[in-house]
Amino acid sequence: MALAALDLDQALFEGLCRLGDSTLVLGHRVSEWCGHAPVLEEDIALANVALDLIGQTQMWLGLAGEVEGKGRDADTLAFRRDVWDFRNLLLVERPNGDFGHTLMRQFLFDAWHQPMLKALEGSGDARIAEIAAKAGKEVAYHLERSADLVIRLGDGTTESHQRMQTALDKLWPYTGEMMMADATDQALAGAGIIAAPDSLRPAWDALVGEVLTEATLKPPEGRYMHKGGKQGTHSEHLGHMLTEMQWLQRAYPDAKW
Amino acid sequence: MYAQMVTSEASNEDPEKLAAFQARIDAGEKIEPKDWMPEGYRKTLIRQIGQHAHSEIVGQLPEGNWITRAPTLERKAILLAKVQDEAGHGLYLYCAAETLGVSRDELTEALLAGKMKYSSIFNYPTLNWADIGAVGWLVDGAAIMNQVPLQRTSFGPYSRAMIRICKEESFHQRQGYDIMMKMAQGTPEQKAMAQDALNRFWYPSLMMFGPSDRDSVHSAQSMAWKIKINTNDELRQKFVDQTVPQAEYLGLTIPDPDLKWNEEKGGYDFSEPDWSEFFEVIKGNGPCNAERMEARQKAWDDGAWFRDGLMAHAKKRAAARVAAE
Repeated sequence: MALAALDLDQALFEGLCRLGDSTLVLGHRVSEWCGHAPVLEEDIALANVALDLIGQTQMWLGLAGEVEGKGRDADTLAFRRDVWDFRNLLLVERPNGDFGHTLMRQFLFDAWHQPMLKALEGSGDARIAEIAAKAGKEVAYHLERSADLVIRLGDGTTESHQRMQTALDKLWPYTGEMMMADATDQALAGAGIIAAPDSLRPAWDALVGEVLTEATLKPPEGRYMHKGGKQGTHSEHLGHMLTEMQWLQRAYPDAKW
Repeated sequence: MYAQMVTSEASNEDPEKLAAFQARIDAGEKIEPKDWMPEGYRKTLIRQIGQHAHSEIVGQLPEGNWITRAPTLERKAILLAKVQDEAGHGLYLYCAAETLGVSRDELTEALLAGKMKYSSIFNYPTLNWADIGAVGWLVDGAAIMNQVPLQRTSFGPYSRAMIRICKEESFHQRQGYDIMMKMAQGTPEQKAMAQDALNRFWYPSLMMFGPSDRDSVHSAQSMAWKIKINTNDELRQKFVDQTVPQAEYLGLTIPDPDLKWNEEKGGYDFSEPDWSEFFEVIKGNGPCNAERMEARQKAWDDGAWFRDGLMAHAKKRAAARVAAE
């Protein structure tokens, strides 16, 4: 089937929602820690990461709204869509769990996010390249921090090692989706707008492998990977998050905030 | 005003040294951590700076309560940045206290054991979105009243921390007022939320300055040492005078039927808060005392493995370095 311009615009809208929804949902999850982290420096660092991700969401969803051309802005997309319209990765909607689980989720995401943004800097769409360059600077720091903490806690005490290993075992089956392409990805990659998801695999494997080895952690044996988030089929967790996040906008639809 | 009712300690040291110390303070010199200082000065400052730091940390909780429900991406980002600033303030203040010979962990343990306090205001709940506006406008507004003069406090590290903190607090206060404007000019429901927030936060904000210290010996000593610059009543009056016109501009009503401009004194007459409520809150019987302490205790307990893990890793690295040398 030949791809008409209309279809490419649709794919672009979908692709931007995938980016913006993933940063939104992860930013929200990270912000749930506010005031509850194990040390003050972590409270500050987590707020920083959440802030960066929310800022990136404003850019990605802002552009998505523009591309769609139906008058929806970033807030409308974030606060007025229901679960099935969200396009985030399943990994980022996983609940926080303990602090080790939160950190491991962050690391597995950052290890994809950073090279993915690097590749997007070369996007044929200048607006995307510009956002990617801006976000990439922030995400380089996220990755440095999360990789460092995974190493230190993996190779810390018996308990910290065990907690990090458990987190890795639980989260691993949600990592495959980042590198799995569907028709939308293929259309966008074919048009030179994004890098093909599977092209990011070698960089992710190498980085994750190196960090986990230094952390004395091992990926689980199982190869099964969950998928569906990018197409709008989510876990039960996302609906609860949206219930909380969207409450004011839903309860008072005429209000300006 | 995050330090309330700080008891100051008398000092029984060499009168000559005490006189020389007082002369330095009177001359406007800053006292630095390595300088000689009376034991009472040191202990009073640890109590005051520690209480202030704890207030910043516990103060994250009532505002954090709305981060996940902030109504727009921008409001969420602003609130996150604000709560992050507060954690940063806590950090500078714990560092300032550390220069006096007490560690952050010791202060944290004293807080969790109920041996140290934090400001009474953070034991009140944030129940609607306008509360986030009211906290910025009124609570940060009251804090600034106290902290601006404290930029001139005699202890160098505390004074320098205050200078940094004040810049950020004024920004927070403006952001809070901005939320109140949106709410007060919004739908009937939003106006009702704004008025409800003011009704609940007005008297607790007045309590932040502490009871009248007309007869307090402790205040006199702290003022002589320039640890405290103004009396509680002076600051409260200034706060009311500043805030009433702001409330009028918003079209909101201060919940005090006796509030009246007094031409003669050039300020407002206003009702005292219910001090019996204040003392109950200080004793632990405020609406959120138990939850606030449970949240801090849980963060500390749940974080133990994390802190231990980092320490263990640092030791392994240090040992590996030694072995390599």
